[in-house]
Amino acid sequence: MSADKSAIHSKESAPWQGKVRRYDIVKEGVIALLIVSLLTLTLSIFMGSPDEPSLTFKGWAASNSDNFYTTAVQELAGTSESAGYGAPYNDAGVGLNLGPLWLQKWAGIHHPINSANDFVITPLGEQQQPADVAAALSTWRSAAVVDKQKWAVDYDAALSAVEGKVSAVESGDYGPVPTLAKGLTAMATSGALDGLLLSQGGFFQTDHTKQILFFGDGAYLDDAGTAANLQGGTWGMMNETGRYPGQAWLWLYSFWYQIPPFNNEESHPIGANADAYILALMGVMSLGLVMIPFIPGVRSLPIRIPLHRAIWRQYYQTEGIGKRKKK
Amino acid sequence: MMSTKLETQKPDMWTARLRQSWQKNLPIEKLLPDTQPAYVASWIYVFGVLTLSALAVIIASGVVLAFEGPSWYHISDAGRFVNSLHFWSVQLFFFFMVVHLWGKFWMAAWRGKRQATWITGSIAFVVSIATAFTGYLTQTNFDSQWIAFEAKDGFNSVGIGAWFTVTNLGQMLLMHVAFLPLVLGLITVIHVLQVRRKGVVPPIDAFDQTLKGVNK
Repeated sequence: MSADKSAIHSKESAPWQGKVRRYDIVKEGVIALLIVSLLTLTLSIFMGSPDEPSLTFKGWAASNSDNFYTTAVQELAGTSESAGYGAPYNDAGVGLNLGPLWLQKWAGIHHPINSANDFVITPLGEQQQPADVAAALSTWRSAAVVDKQKWAVDYDAALSAVEGKVSAVESGDYGPVPTLAKGLTAMATSGALDGLLLSQGGFFQTDHTKQILFFGDGAYLDDAGTAANLQGGTWGMMNETGRYPGQAWLWLYSFWYQIPPFNNEESHPIGANADAYILALMGVMSLGLVMIPFIPGVRSLPIRIPLHRAIWRQYYQTEGIGKRKKK
Repeated sequence: MMSTKLETQKPDMWTARLRQSWQKNLPIEKLLPDTQPAYVASWIYVFGVLTLSALAVIIASGVVLAFEGPSWYHISDAGRFVNSLHFWSVQLFFFFMVVHLWGKFWMAAWRGKRQATWITGSIAFVVSIATAFTGYLTQTNFDSQWIAFEAKDGFNSVGIGAWFTVTNLGQMLLMHVAFLPLVLGLITVIHVLQVRRKGVVPPIDAFDQTLKGVNK
């Protein structure tokens, strides 16, 4: 640091010795609080706030029973998204990576979920069932793993072949799977599944991980998100239901999902692991924001780009301080 | 007189040292000033106190919501109104804070050993985002279902999801009403004390004598 710069730095650090003006900090605070309170009141009275009712399994089964039914079969077959997710729910998938760092996998299984048991078999077993469903449940429970797998995978494939249209599935040896799916769909339609999935045999429960994952395996939640313009690929992270502002402060986080390679999920290794890369990138950028005073180049931007001339225009005019010469 | 004597006799006392340091660095005249440097004369300076005011409205409306529980506003007109106050004060808070942050960036407000002021302010911004995010997760409506489903993949992908479970309403609610507000409140207090202690940063080039009277 040159002697001149050092002297300037020293003066900038020292208490201000120049002209001062009256300043009532308490009055300023009270007036600001009044203004913000009034502004908030006005917006609340005239605009209200969003509150789109939550989705239910009852609503899902009522609006698209075939999709619910097909999803139940996928849970039994282990072909749903949650069944193959990996950590922190199960070890069926390796999860995402940051190059050589497999943080998701290394963190391990902290919320064990067995999609077939947690989403289908256990809820069916929690309630008295019609004779055919009870018999199917009994058959499933006593069957060998290889048989369960064959029945469910074959039936899942048969459903896929007819695009999930349950009434159009070709007959075959699917064991108890169709009856189990029918029984779970009936439970969902009656509304019983919503309560059972939450309680999981207990009374107090505040963890909705299982319901959320089950919802995400089908098309119901996804369709609702698309209809509300909330999908991540279309800046949905910043949006809110209805005509309300959302989390606009997440614009930069959302931005990365709109551009290559992050939006190239199919054919680029970074795109395929975009969630991990973008979170890491935002972590680094947040650290960068905090450390701006120490980053050469960035910290001198406000000195090079003279927006400060507008902020302190009055002071510069009064004191007769001219502009810097461009180098 | 005895206590003054004790202070001088026992400068190694933690309490005495803390008091002496506080009195030296942040006397009441700095904490509650009645004058400001003449250069503090721009609308941009208003956004700091507006941000604090919005935070006060957020806390007040949030306390009412906390007393009634997270589902109250679904079934009560009064609850819906308080929820609206909370919602809009958050929107205003972020607007004011972002303008304040940009203003301080273009002032290079970290000059003159004010780095800690910038650091605490920008940490407060990041913590505010986390606090608002957990608020969106505890709305107990479709939006929170959707956000929980989408956001879990991001946190799971780097291993954080194993402990910070966005699909766990109980955990998110406690984060939103207890842990994160505590952190944000603490950082905000430190930030404001730093501003009062160091004073408002002087204009860029205020002490550069070579520019005095140059091409005005």
